[in-house]
Amino acid sequence: MKWEELVRGDWRPAASLDTLRLRAHFLTQARAFFAARSVLEVDTPLLSAHTVSDPHLDSLDTRYTGPGAPQGRTLYLQTSPEFAMKRLLAADSGPIYQICKAFRDGEAGRLHNPEFTLIEWYRPGFDQQQLMGEVDELVSTLLRAHLDLAPSERLSYQQAFMRHAGVDPHRATLDELQAALRAHGIGVVSELAERDTLLDALLTHCVEPHLGQGRLCFIYDYPAAQAAYASLKRLPGEDYRVAERFELYLSGIELANGFHELGDAAEQRQRCNAHNAARRRIGKREIPLDERLLAALRHGLADCAGVALGLDRLLMLACGAQHLAAALAFPLYRA
Amino acid sequence: MATYSTSEFRAGLKVMLDNDPCAILENEFVKPGKGQAFSRVKLRNLKNGRVIERTFKSGDTLEGADVVDQEMQYLYNDGEFWHFMMLDTFEQYSADSNVVGDARKWLKEQDVCTVTLWNNVPLMISPPNFVQLKVADTDPGVRGDTSGGGGKPATLETGAVVRVPLFIEIGDLLRIDTRSGEYVSRAKE
Repeated sequence: MKWEELVRGDWRPAASLDTLRLRAHFLTQARAFFAARSVLEVDTPLLSAHTVSDPHLDSLDTRYTGPGAPQGRTLYLQTSPEFAMKRLLAADSGPIYQICKAFRDGEAGRLHNPEFTLIEWYRPGFDQQQLMGEVDELVSTLLRAHLDLAPSERLSYQQAFMRHAGVDPHRATLDELQAALRAHGIGVVSELAERDTLLDALLTHCVEPHLGQGRLCFIYDYPAAQAAYASLKRLPGEDYRVAERFELYLSGIELANGFHELGDAAEQRQRCNAHNAARRRIGKREIPLDERLLAALRHGLADCAGVALGLDRLLMLACGAQHLAAALAFPLYRA
Repeated sequence: MATYSTSEFRAGLKVMLDNDPCAILENEFVKPGKGQAFSRVKLRNLKNGRVIERTFKSGDTLEGADVVDQEMQYLYNDGEFWHFMMLDTFEQYSADSNVVGDARKWLKEQDVCTVTLWNNVPLMISPPNFVQLKVADTDPGVRGDTSGGGGKPATLETGAVVRVPLFIEIGDLLRIDTRSGEYVSRAKE
């Protein structure tokens, strides 16, 4: 089906029944994968009093009114279950996973639906490289029968930029980043004054399309300013720090985002405050800090790595579909 | 004019870009999971027909362009301008050769075509998808050869040259697809 047909408001499902059967099979396989590794399945609230503060993630919210909140209170639909799952980890849950819906306002398009399914898991004792290995195993297990993939590849964010954008993302000046965009014939109308916005423009337009062609491609060691909730480290011999964050790509499409998790409550508070400052600059509402999460981090989060994998995109690629809507029973315009 | 934000961009929307009126052809939403969202937009510049690609940060806006399509009757060409008339109001518009462009070879007096107006001034002329035009000149017909194989050039009454089957003769009325410039069939008067 064409995109226009997929987004039309028909009563029928957008995904074929074969695709929906494969989706069910993926869920069964994923659960078996984690059961075999003694990773505990958990279930945390999709509606929460708190939400992430990342400047470029917008939470949908709703209002609960009733016993306990006669005047009503705001609840956020979670953009991922990470805060609640970290509270479980701080309560000594050990390794945990969750398969759940996540929600993001403002995101709809060929590869986006405001409601989507994540497989998110946390591994105490793992670093980002070890968790990449496990992501590789799970994704390869799910895709084996559908795609013929060459051995996976791991590139640092810097290597990927040097190779495909011709620029060093950590050292280039803003002018050099602008020049790299122009050199690739990318005409950006908006003024891109911030470093990370320029990097995102280069990433989406010049780098991503080349990533994961015929193989899984992991990108790791992100710029410190894009750490979100990942820990930072200094690379040997370098004067800057990078975030221990990774992403997985296949066919140019982002499938997963993982962190060596930040466990420091003070640093977490600082980042949320910085996020809110960034949100103010771009005219977005501030997000109140999740004091329960901060208390859990103060109590102590085991050294761990965590990752969220987009199930719908994985399914879309397994089916050879061009649009995420083809992997969803009822995408936004049919929901 | 109204302004439109990226989430209102859709195929067909007419907007101003670099002081030229443009039609949006495609709008793709791209966003790294944790990063800035962009709209990658393909637009056609309505003045020169060129397709361009531009990227906007999500939430940015463009001013709308006052562009409307009107059905008008083609009246005549005075050597410099082509003249068109609204069928209901009899209001007349003139367009120069830059605006008429390739449409000129399909324009027959009294035929109805689409005139795209920008700020009430003709910007582009689109002939009907199919026109019926007489053959003004072609090599003599080969009777009985209706195979359609081979073919020959024929000059039509408007000056357009199209490839036609061998059996076509001067004075025949032909149905032509203006989008491809190809002969479709003979037509009845």
